[in-house]
Formats: sequence, structure tokens, C-alpha cells
Amino acid sequence: MAGRTLYEKIWDEHVVASPEGEPTLLYIDLHLVHEVTSPQAFDGLRLHHRPVRRPDRTLATADHNVPTDPISTPVSDPISRRQLEALEENCAEFGITVFPRGHENQGIVHVIGPELGVTQPGMTIVCGDSHTSTHGAFGALAFGIGTSEVEHVLATQTLPQQRAKTMSVAVENHAPQGVSAKDIVLAIIARLGTGGGAGHVIEYRGEAIKGLTMEGRMTVCNMSIEAGARAGLVAVDDSTIGYLRGRAGVPDGDAFEVAAQRWRTFVSDDDAVFDSAIVLDASTIVPSITWGTNPAQVVALSGVIPSPEQFDDPGERDATARSLAYMGLTPGTEVRSIPLDVVFIGSCTNSRIEDLRVAAAVVEGRRVASRVRALVVPGSHRVKAQAEMEGLDEIFLAAGFEWREPGCSMCLGMNPDHLAPGQRCASTSNRNFEGRQGRGGRTHLVSPAVAAASAIMGRFASPDEVGR
Amino acid sequence: MKPVHVVEGRAVPLERSDVDTDQIIPSDWLKRVERTGFGRGLFSEWRDDPGFVLNQAQFVGASILVAGPRFGTGSSREHAVWALMDFGFAAVVAPSFGDIFANNSSKQGLVIVQVAANDVDELMGLVNADPTTLVLVDVERLCVEVPQYGWHRDFTLDPMTRERLLNGWDDIGLTMRREGAIATYEATSVAPSLAGLFDDAGHAP
Ligand code: SF4
Repeated sequence: MAGRTLYEKIWDEHVVASPEGEPTLLYIDLHLVHEVTSPQAFDGLRLHHRPVRRPDRTLATADHNVPTDPISTPVSDPISRRQLEALEENCAEFGITVFPRGHENQGIVHVIGPELGVTQPGMTIVCGDSHTSTHGAFGALAFGIGTSEVEHVLATQTLPQQRAKTMSVAVENHAPQGVSAKDIVLAIIARLGTGGGAGHVIEYRGEAIKGLTMEGRMTVCNMSIEAGARAGLVAVDDSTIGYLRGRAGVPDGDAFEVAAQRWRTFVSDDDAVFDSAIVLDASTIVPSITWGTNPAQVVALSGVIPSPEQFDDPGERDATARSLAYMGLTPGTEVRSIPLDVVFIGSCTNSRIEDLRVAAAVVEGRRVASRVRALVVPGSHRVKAQAEMEGLDEIFLAAGFEWREPGCSMCLGMNPDHLAPGQRCASTSNRNFEGRQGRGGRTHLVSPAVAAASAIMGRFASPDEVGR
Repeated sequence: MKPVHVVEGRAVPLERSDVDTDQIIPSDWLKRVERTGFGRGLFSEWRDDPGFVLNQAQFVGASILVAGPRFGTGSSREHAVWALMDFGFAAVVAPSFGDIFANNSSKQGLVIVQVAANDVDELMGLVNADPTTLVLVDVERLCVEVPQYGWHRDFTLDPMTRERLLNGWDDIGLTMRREGAIATYEATSVAPSLAGLFDDAGHAP
């Protein structure tokens, strides 16, 4: 018998029932909940007089909708406030642990799961958010679900699922100096296209992935959905175990060693067969940005804005022309000459401590360009506290950045942090869709290092240009 | 959900690819805690443009949306499905769909009709030529038709999704029949419990 892929191992371990002619019923080990996709699910439970089956495998936090103003400031938007209150009320009623705005454990759901150690290898994890794939960095099968499925998991701790196809994305060799996890995942998405991963669970492999820190792996897995994949995975190794040791949700002492031994089995077997496979050469990856309105529209930082004429397919030509018009860009323009209005460092893609360290190192002792609004929104209170202990907040504030309270913030523009029509933003988030960061706003996805350098220069820039 | 057998009505051609769920329902609409009333937010940014196809008189009241590839990619927000249905759509025809969107649709009874890109183009052509054209999506026979022109294409749905649509079955109710299997599985589950882990949680500081 051929070996199994990591995905297949996790799947096999979670089958509750596989009735003939029906989807498999899969057990869910951890359900993460936030305020935006859950209220209607809790209403559904109430309507049918159903309890939450496993409140002890459910964890909630406020993130999408929280303002990033100082915690002492009340939530001014009454509809937002109502939604945040509803989360607390629902969790109280159904016995679920919740971290409301201002709690020391509160933060973006995909940042707090790993940092609290509740995200563990071999688990099935779901959340009503498409970037749940982030947790796949730990060798956990993690994917986003809609509100009906949130209700389904609350009620039954299971989900009916069709088995996905498996795809190996191997990033071989070492990435050059200055190329970040974000650049690697942008290169992968550019290669696969926005639909290339559809129906698949991707396992990221190869030297360049192995060489990433856990935070870097989270950045890569986070954006799996932007290639259409439901989930991304990285096999468990020493980095995984090292990251988890000592975290709140993992056992101590001998029990940790026992758990770690089991976790180490969550790797694809050498003779496992994937349904499809692609290989990228990390040594050819360069710092990049997105220029358009979908995340596969990627160009090198050192490059120029593409032209619709470059595409043979008429559909792609049209889409390119429309993206260029929306983004207010002219083909042939040098990326490095494009001026910026806003720089956003945050989101579940790049708001962890390592991201903030990288950005702070670039801006230390410099000033944000006069026409730019630059903000840092740490991914969680724990990240924020750690950064403040290291003095990173001082560096950002001295450079002219805003240092804000944690949440999703300008990643999706639900709270008061959003772009004005026509504003151009270099953002460390994951989606450059039309209007994503505010109506008429223009989003370019970048790494934390490029975001930081661009804030200083007032245009797209690499860290080595700063202070020349 | 309500059972769906046949969707019959006029269709709107939305000639764009990668229509993501942020476009279908922008994020300011996600603050609401209700499940209804999202129709007003459907494509709200595009609807400001009087030339946008949904604003054109001849397409008002259509129940079938015909769109380009990768419809419904991006965010998991089921609000996108609620908005389409609240607006009056009962089926979406496109060459491909975002996974989570298609899944969410199946839970709500919005029929997802995946046909080849050139078939979508043909259908758009027929509808553009005559917006009063009646289009029929048949869940029982798994086909989309324009009876007036004898145009017929088959599509596929996984058998369970088709059954659920035809019978209006509630997924949760179906799963609850497997209570015994879930309990048996749980008895051996090694997943950690969060009980007692964060005792101070549950309220703002
Ligand atoms: S930061 Fe953005 S992508 Fe991440 S969970 Fe929040 S809204 Fe979703």
C-alpha cells in the first residue's frame, strides 16, 4: 500500500461516519468563533433549542469589527457595538470561552490560536473565516466555513465533507536575502492563479518552506485561499515542536514529550502520492507587490506595471484592463515610482512579532514621508505587549507611525480604519479586491519590510533604499 | 431551507470574472446580526453606477445570475448568499465557483450551476439578445435550459447536495441522526479540552 499524505492522515483520524453515497462526517477538534460570522448561527441554535455540543472545544474572540482606538474609548458605531455585545452574550449563554475587546488574550483569531498553543498538529480546525488555512502551518487541517456550517459545528462538532484532492507545492532551494515568506506565497499564487488550487488542499514543502520560521509558514498557509485552495499544510518538524513548547494550551513536562512524539507523525510518507504537484525555485523569487485587484496579479518590486497586451487570453486582457482602471495605473510605470497615501502593517498574514521586528528595524531612526498615513495594528494583545517590551512601539511612534490596538482593522475595513476613495495603500494583508479596504480604495499587497520602507520613502521601496 | 425543484425566470448576465464575495456584499454590511435584509447591500458599490447591469430596467426581477469564472471567491461570508437570495436570485450559472461560496449556497438553497465557459458565453449571448428570455434550471434533471431556443446543458451536483435541495433538508438534523457515531468517536478522541484553560475569560477587563 502506498504511503499517505499528511492530509490523508489527518482526514483518516477524524472520520466519524462514511455512509454510502453521502459525504464523510468529519470530527472537528477545535472551532474558533468571532463576532461577524456567528450571530446568525447562535440564533439558529436558539430557534431549534439546540445546545453547543462541545463548548470546551470552542473558543471565541472579537477581531473583525473592533475599533483599534485605545480600549478606554467606547465603540462609537452602534451596529458594531451591538455585534460585539452579541458575541459576549451568545458565548455566556452557550458556555463558550470568549476574549472580548481589551482582554489580554484577544486578537485576530488566526493569531491567537497558535500563540495560545490551542492550534496543534494533527487537529481539524474550522472557523467562519476563509483564512483559517493559517493554522495549517502546524500540520493541522484547518479551513474556513460559512455561517450555516458554524451552526452545524456548534450543534454537532462535526461537518459533512467531501475529500479534497492533494497538491504538493515544493519550494526548492533557498530564497535570496531580503525575500520574505510573503514574497514566496505571492510567487506561488501568481504561478497557480486565483483558481489553481480549487478543490485541493496544498502541502507546502521543500527547502525554502522548511527554512521558514513558524510565523513565516503561517504567512504562507494563510494565503492558500487566494489560490482557491481550501487549506494549506506544512509537515511537523523541530520548528513546530519548538514553537509549541511552553504555550498555554499544550501540556507540560513528560506529557509534552508524549504529545510531541505523536505530533511528529503528521508528515507525508516518503512514498505518498499527491494528485498534483508543482515545483518553484526559491532562488528566483524576488520581493514583489500586487498591482491589481486579485492576489495573483503580482509584479516584482523592481518591475513595471504590466499591460493588457501582454495577455493572449481575451478574458484576461479585459480583466487586466479593468484592474488597471480601478487601480489608476498606467502600463509601463515603474513600481518604485508609484506614490502612496497609506501604509498598513497588520492582518492575520503579517502582524506577528517577527513581522513587527522586521518593520521596526527598517524604520528605526527614520521618518514616515510627509504625505503618508502609516499604521501598525498588532495581531493580538500578546503581540502588542511583546512588541512594547522590546520597545518597538517607541520606534514606530518616533518614525511617525500610529501604534494601534489589535484587530483585523484595515485588512477588511469594517471598523473605522479604512481607505478613502482613490487612496493608494501598501498593505501587509492578504486581499487586494476592489473596495476591500474601503470603498474606492486601492490596495497593494506587500511584505512587512517593503511596507516599512515604502512608508519612509512615500512610494514603493525596498529596505536598502531607505536612508541612502 | 425550502425545497427547490426548478428555478424558472429571466437571467442577468454579469460579464466579469473573479467576482469575489467582497464585491457581492461589501464589509460594512457584515456588522448586522440578522440574517435578512442583505439584498440592499448586494453589489452595493457597483450598483451606484447607473450603467451596472442590475440597474437596467430589462433585468429587474430576474432570478438567475449568469457570471464569469471563479464567482464567489474570497471571504467565507455567507452574507453573500443571503444577499443574492434576498435580492431575488435562486440560481447562479458560471464556469467555476469559490469552494466556500458554493458550499454556503448549498446550505441555503441557492442553486449552483457549473457549466463550461463557452456555454456560459452562449447563455449570456441569448439573454443579451433578448432579456425577456426564460431560463430554466432543473435540479431534478440537473440541466439548464432555454426552452424557447431548445438550448440545453447538463450540469452536475453531488448527489447529497441534490437530495438536500430537492427535499429542503436541514443538514444539522441529518447529522444528528448520527449521534451514536459521534459519541463513539468522541470516546477515543485525543483532542485537548479547553475547559479550565482560560478561567479569567468571558468578560471585558
Ligand atoms: S485580518 Fe483580515 S483576513 Fe485575517 S481574519 Fe481578519 S479580516 Fe480575515
